[in-house]
Amino acid sequence: MSDPRGAGVRPGLLARLKAGLARSASTFSDAIASALGSGRLDQATLDQLEEGLIAADLGVPTAAALIAGLKEERLGKEASADEVRAVLAGRIAARLAPLARPLAPDPARKPHVILVAGVNGTGKTTTIGKLAARFKAEGHRVVLAAADTFRAAAIEQLKVWSDRAGATFVAGAVGGDPAGVAFEALTRAMAEGADILIVDTAGRLQNKAALMEELAKIVRVLKRLEPSAPHDVVLVLDATTGQNAIGQVEVFQSVGAVSGLIMTKLDGTARGGVLVAIAEKFKLPIHAIGVGETIEDLQPFEADSFARALTGV
Amino acid sequence: MFEALTERLGQIFEGLTRRGALTESDVTAALREVRVALLEADVALPVVKKFIDEVHAKAIGTDVIRSVTPGQMVVKVVHDHLVQTLGAEADELRLAGAPPVAILMVGLQGSGKTTTTAKIGFRLKERDRKKVLMASLDTQRPAAQEQLKVLGEQAGVPTLPIIAGEMPVDIARRALTAARLGGYDIVLLDTAGRLHVDEALMAEAAAVADVSQPAETLLVVDALTGQDAVKVAERFTQRLKPTGVVMTRMDGDVRGGAALSMRAVTGCPIKLIGVGEKMDALDQFHPARVASRILGMGDVVSLVEKAAETIDRDEAAKLEARVKSGKFDMNDLAQQFRQMRKMGGMDGLLAYLPGVQKAKAQLAANKIDDRMLARQEAIILSMTKTERKNVKLLNGSRKRRIAAGSGTSVPEVNRLVKQFIQMADVMKKVGRMDPKLLRRHGIPGLIPRA
Ligand SMILES: Nc1nc2c(ncn2[C@@H]2O[C@H](COP(=O)(O)OP(=O)(O)OP(=O)(O)O)[C@@H](O)[C@H]2O)c(=O)[nH]1
Ligand SMILES: Nc1nc2c(ncn2[C@@H]2O[C@H](COP(=O)(O)OP(=O)(O)OP(=O)(O)O)[C@@H](O)[C@H]2O)c(=O)[nH]1
Ligand SMILES: [Mg+2]
Ligand SMILES: [Mg+2]
Repeated sequence: MSDPRGAGVRPGLLARLKAGLARSASTFSDAIASALGSGRLDQATLDQLEEGLIAADLGVPTAAALIAGLKEERLGKEASADEVRAVLAGRIAARLAPLARPLAPDPARKPHVILVAGVNGTGKTTTIGKLAARFKAEGHRVVLAAADTFRAAAIEQLKVWSDRAGATFVAGAVGGDPAGVAFEALTRAMAEGADILIVDTAGRLQNKAALMEELAKIVRVLKRLEPSAPHDVVLVLDATTGQNAIGQVEVFQSVGAVSGLIMTKLDGTARGGVLVAIAEKFKLPIHAIGVGETIEDLQPFEADSFARALTGV
Repeated sequence: MFEALTERLGQIFEGLTRRGALTESDVTAALREVRVALLEADVALPVVKKFIDEVHAKAIGTDVIRSVTPGQMVVKVVHDHLVQTLGAEADELRLAGAPPVAILMVGLQGSGKTTTTAKIGFRLKERDRKKVLMASLDTQRPAAQEQLKVLGEQAGVPTLPIIAGEMPVDIARRALTAARLGGYDIVLLDTAGRLHVDEALMAEAAAVADVSQPAETLLVVDALTGQDAVKVAERFTQRLKPTGVVMTRMDGDVRGGAALSMRAVTGCPIKLIGVGEKMDALDQFHPARVASRILGMGDVVSLVEKAAETIDRDEAAKLEARVKSGKFDMNDLAQQFRQMRKMGGMDGLLAYLPGVQKAKAQLAANKIDDRMLARQEAIILSMTKTERKNVKLLNGSRKRRIAAGSGTSVPEVNRLVKQFIQMADVMKKVGRMDPKLLRRHGIPGLIPRA
């Protein structure tokens, strides 16, 4: 009876865990005949292309599927590597293009509420500063809410961005209830007839249940004041992140009803290829990309140039 | 152990009863799966290739031990080589030299440098009884210096007073002087995040290193990093010659292949890992655990240790006594939920278990997740003390009140009550069988079924 696996209620859980272990089929098989004649698309070239995609963080399944499609059509046909690359870029772009959609605040909303969330250090606060500046430049009245009450000096950081952008700034006490700050900010934005309210939230890893619940609570509390709010829930992804980004979208989506994505840090060497898998799976709009640390370093997402960078065209 | 990958390899070796040494074709077929596993874990492609080549050479001709399958044998070779590549267990910070000894923190934007600086300061102060001074050289990010100051207050570690407009190299000089005059053992220098391709900022960091002559230059890397890890590692190594790596956000649900990429490309030991946002969330690096994680084999050792750490022994003993006397009530259940949360919630727990990636779908289908736990906890918290002691009090109007208070519904409240009653029955039985079992299985055992 003292055998840990022999008794008690634990086997229930483990049995269920084990029962769920579906066999994973390998998606990629490279047991293909060797290179065909030169000038024709051969397996070696395909392998090389696939590796390029993997190195750009597309992930094995997505890279393999793209290459498989290409192979079916073109294997053995005349085509230079560059042509094939361009075809590949075109295909990726075609998938992403329908999702390229800038944030478009609804002028009928006073205010249009944008909630910004994501894991730690992805660039939420910085992106909010950039967005605020853009909306200001478009003539909107913008309020920023410092609902990250946890991270050291997060409030001060957003305050600096708020001043740079010329927005109105609402904050609460350090360590206070983030939902309370969001509530107060929305109350104020409504009273002042502001056009846009952007709520900054603390970074949270998607496997932290309590923190995800905290985010869900912010959404609930906003809805109490304005049932249609938040009108956008933007998840900020870091381009240097690998396959974990898929899990991020999945969990944030289920908790906070993510409505769109922004990918930051594309000014480095990371290509953010995981976005292709994410686009496929979640079909979420991609609003913008971050390309630096200054206030103007936010660009609209362009499927074409993004896809070209991925494939090295 | 070795389940997820072994299972996959099982398919390759199915029907293969032959024993003896691993053949070339066995190894090649198996390593194809290993390659995918490593790439899925975000190990950078060039590192994967090199690793596979090394293992290939090692594995061919290895005798398959009697009790295991060829697939398991390959995994064993892979795992061992991975542990070996990941490096030594618990490589300590080098703090030798005439005080003040400088430690320089560098890395990409948002990787966790400032937080890690404060954690290391806290650790050196608490554990090693060192007198530590911290200084932020980050003149780029808004409120970065303020951030370190606040963290210093939280950690009880002094920070260099901020002078607005001072340049990083000058701050470094001032920090060293202040440390010397103040009789500090260690001076921790936090720097701004910088892209490895940003020539100006890389040059600035090199200049800071020149001035401060750090005993350790720690490259702080996000464990969620993907393929870009290689380029980051290459450039930082060329320019700043780091002496160690810190992997942050290892508390995430992440396979952490970046650890292998970093180790392989920088050649530096991984000295520490960040496992949370609080000051004490800094751990030693255990290669064997990380190897299992990278291969998707879960980390049972860590789970066991974590459970031992988080489960309050007194609480467990009290709970045991209550169960024995048949007094297990809703307060105890709420307690168990809190306990689970301390261990990182369902996903935190699952992350440690083998084969769990695929089991998650199953759990999701059964609606066993943290949100469910959070909702159930909310229901309990909306009950009065007397209700928690005696669920029989819960009539229709009370249930409606509880549902409203917890933002749930009456059927959900009913479900929890029903589960609780079933559970209390089980508890009674468990209590009768062997009280130790409860202590050992308290948490997973109490996960109610949806
Ligand atoms: N190079 C580059 N750096 C960026 C970009 N966006 C943000 N950063 C930097 O990334 C770091 C983290 O940015 P924050 O805005 O503080 O990130 P956050 O998501 O708010 O972080 P937490 O609130 O701590 O979770 C800062 O140093 C930013 O300057 C970008 O597009 N490119
Ligand atoms: N979950 C978790 N979060 C962490 C860990 N280390 C740091 N963080 C969080 O990551 C975010 C960024 O951390 P910082 O210390 O500001 O990162 P940084 O590298 O100094 O950022 P910059 O100075 O802008 O380049 C913050 O939200 C931290 O709380 C960790 O080990 N686990
Ligand atoms: Mg922030
Ligand atoms: Mg910092």
